[in-house]
Amino acid sequence: MAGMGIGGVLLGRIPVLGSSFRPRTESAWIDTGVKKQLADVALNAARSKGATYVDVRIGRYLNQFVITREDKVLNVVDTESYGMGIRVIANGCWGFSATDKLDKDSIARSAEMAVSIARENARLQTRPVQLAPQKGFGEVTWKTPIIKNGFDIPIKEKADMLLTVNDAAMKGGASFIDTALFLVNEQKYFASTDGSYIDQDIHRIWPTFTVTKIDSKTGKFETRDSLGSPMGMGYEYLTPDDSKKIKTVTTLYTDRYDMLEDARLAAVQVGEKLAAKSVEPGKYDLVLDPSNLYLTIHESSGHPSELDRVLGYEANFAGTSFLTLDKWKTKKFNYGSKLVNIVADKTQPGSLGAVGYDDEGVACKEWDIIRDGVLVNYQAIRDQAHIIGLDESQGCCYSQSWQDVQFQRMANISLRPGKAPLTPNELIKNVEKGIYIVGAGSYSIDQQRYNFQFSGQLFYEIRNGKIAGMLKDVAYQANTQEFWNSCAAICDQRDYRLGGTFFDGKGQPPQSNAVSHGSATTRFNGINVINTARKI
Amino acid sequence: MALLTQDEARTLLQKVLSFSKADECQVSLNGSTGGNIRYALNSVSTSGALDQLNLQIGSVFGKKLGISTINEYDDASLEKAVRRSEDLARLAPDNPEHMPFLGPQTYEAPSRTYFPDTASIHSKLRADLVQQSLQVSRDNKLAAAGFLENSAGCYALMNSRGLFAYTTSTAVNFSVTLRTEDGTGSGYAARGYNDIAKLDVLAASKTAAWKASRSSGAKALEPGKYTVILEPAAGIVLLENLYGALDARSADEGRSFLSMPGGKTRLGEKLVDERVNIYSDPHNEELPTFYYNGEGQPQKKMSWIEKGVVKNLFYSRYWAMQKGVTPVPQPDAIIMDGGTSSTEDLIKSTEKGILVTRLWYIRSVDPQTLLFTGLTRDGTFYIENGEIKFPIKNFRFNESPVIMLNNLEALGKPERTISGESNGSAMIPPMKIRDFTFTSLSDAV
Repeated sequence: MAGMGIGGVLLGRIPVLGSSFRPRTESAWIDTGVKKQLADVALNAARSKGATYVDVRIGRYLNQFVITREDKVLNVVDTESYGMGIRVIANGCWGFSATDKLDKDSIARSAEMAVSIARENARLQTRPVQLAPQKGFGEVTWKTPIIKNGFDIPIKEKADMLLTVNDAAMKGGASFIDTALFLVNEQKYFASTDGSYIDQDIHRIWPTFTVTKIDSKTGKFETRDSLGSPMGMGYEYLTPDDSKKIKTVTTLYTDRYDMLEDARLAAVQVGEKLAAKSVEPGKYDLVLDPSNLYLTIHESSGHPSELDRVLGYEANFAGTSFLTLDKWKTKKFNYGSKLVNIVADKTQPGSLGAVGYDDEGVACKEWDIIRDGVLVNYQAIRDQAHIIGLDESQGCCYSQSWQDVQFQRMANISLRPGKAPLTPNELIKNVEKGIYIVGAGSYSIDQQRYNFQFSGQLFYEIRNGKIAGMLKDVAYQANTQEFWNSCAAICDQRDYRLGGTFFDGKGQPPQSNAVSHGSATTRFNGINVINTARKI
Repeated sequence: MALLTQDEARTLLQKVLSFSKADECQVSLNGSTGGNIRYALNSVSTSGALDQLNLQIGSVFGKKLGISTINEYDDASLEKAVRRSEDLARLAPDNPEHMPFLGPQTYEAPSRTYFPDTASIHSKLRADLVQQSLQVSRDNKLAAAGFLENSAGCYALMNSRGLFAYTTSTAVNFSVTLRTEDGTGSGYAARGYNDIAKLDVLAASKTAAWKASRSSGAKALEPGKYTVILEPAAGIVLLENLYGALDARSADEGRSFLSMPGGKTRLGEKLVDERVNIYSDPHNEELPTFYYNGEGQPQKKMSWIEKGVVKNLFYSRYWAMQKGVTPVPQPDAIIMDGGTSSTEDLIKSTEKGILVTRLWYIRSVDPQTLLFTGLTRDGTFYIENGEIKFPIKNFRFNESPVIMLNNLEALGKPERTISGESNGSAMIPPMKIRDFTFTSLSDAV
């Protein structure tokens, strides 16, 4: 067993606390002083081997999943993972090593491995890593400002909540419902040779469902997914609040989600989908609800403005970007209409990407990507900042766990709401021939982010300013620049909502990033809609 | 670091089970060691090494199941994790679908998934291999971005009913994208094996270089229906959505492309062209996979689509009991039969068509018809009179693998390929398909 750390002397051991009913996130928390001690072992070991820069991330990652269908709880899962990732610069080259064996010897060996990888790879490097300067913050902390910790809610209460939702959907005529509640707690500690020791406690929540209805005579089926969002919030997100709802032809949610009401509505709407008219392909003015538009923003605004893609670092997997540096340098590249203002933000309350400091010890902030339709900036980290003339990182560095190397990841990327007063219902009144799309569906975009195709959950035909019934088999295809230039109206701040995903994927080995995208309901003129119905 | 041996794994899992106070307990572990190197713009970027061991504990009281995971191995942490899974199980409502854990199983001999030479790959060898790829890039005045990763893993499963299984595996995966300096051409190659001896980084990089150089100056064709030749790396990303969806329960429940009116399914029905044979075989020498699955069920050779007919579907243990049939575990990888022709032979036999070397961003559009959308990428070429005539701009497609396999023209020789979407492996032949549906043009290179 030697070398495996099993039964070894572990520095990071916490005492076992008599009652396993003690709040899970609290009992898992490791004393900051212990983490500092572990981090210093790694910092010193790597420096002693010749590293010129070192950062250490000690993470304890807790997840809880409750998975149900109809009247059954299928799975209740608590995961816990604890370990350390050590990143170094040696001979001007990055090296990284991760271990879950946190005794002093294993940490020192892992640090040595990171340095030896950097030295080995330095011969393959064309120019040394150039880090933007970063002041050390000393010992600081940051916590997601949650009101109610979801891990503290008894499992039975969470399971019963989901089963109540399921019961409502089934009584409402659904054939099936699958529901899930995901809770995430990242307890992560960062230390670097810049002199930062940053302890952060990050929470996320995601309640979701899919309702299915089957017409057994025809063999056809339709589904309707939840209109809730994953959020950087606590369990308070699941406290219904009528003042936080937006009513159009359906009900939509801001920062409080009424899952029960949404499931009842879904059961009715999935039946309407089965009976809906198949869309006539052609050009339509689209009115996109934030529950749909967030994903289009993610793919067509968020990804192409990531500087690693722009430069070619993702060419082998996630792709490059049409937002090339030459376009940015002109200071007049017309990304969208003058209404389009896209902002990057790592501080927005309730968002998935909000943290105090990124995973290379940079304090987080907000900045413009698209201003009045023009490309003005990118998303960059410390080793990229100099390329776009910045003297500091924008704080976009993230790793999904202790065992993966951190790299540039998407900040929350959002469309600013319109300045003139406008509600979704007022916006719809002005549309002659259009489709109102709610909820995210199928999504696909090319590797340079020009050509995309998106679907949705609910499609309402708009005829002469009025909702004229439901459509199905709808997907919209467009070119990113043409699409954002067709942006003709954006509702105001009252309608602004966050959508988001836990699964923003990039990198090799691939990593997931949780990120939110805010917008208000927005109109796009003359977009190509295809009919997706086929026969097999 | 070394992986746990079978004896070490058994000892550890026995200790974990000894903490259990539940009616039933099942423990599984996976450990891995490995490293990776990534490069872009003809220079190394990030790289790393990982050493980890993860344990999952499932505790059952009656029909209640709770699962916890842990990666700390002192007695106190192990006991805490067992208690946590028991607490979850006690607090959870009954799950009427819960199936008791399996007792001891009779397994076939383990397939050869582990190769010591792959397990011993170190950072110097990774750098040496990448240097070969970078040299191809520089020789051809191209920009390289690529990734090489190796890992060795051990897996063990034990439960309170006496089941124990253990296995090991190795993997080495390599992929590279080479782009012309002006960004108008791009080529890709990907290889994945259990055995490092099979990996030829130089040859793969040369293939990508050829595609990059030849794909510059692409012409636009009108979207529409075309005869296509899908190289295996392109075919796998569509086919994995077909063979990954052969689930009996969703078909029986009426919410699958295999569902038919009146509660019937397509099991036993002809679904695709009669030349299509898809099966799995854990002992295939080119693509060896595990001899048991995560629940401890034996994995055996199994036919899924035979002469175009749906021969078998996956049955979970619960659903098999409901339907009075034998449970059928989902395979780890599939093999699709083909012929003896190479991709070049298929091109020679094509009067007019399109060679597709890679497909990308594949997403479901309609599960009812298994309709998927996505795009061509990294080298798409027009074929006329048996020759590649010129590169063409990338297309978006909307197509169903079911429709595609009904429009089959010819199959070539299967080869082991790796999905750029899921990272899964399969043996897939190059395929010639008529009337493949491209719906719009993309400006992406």
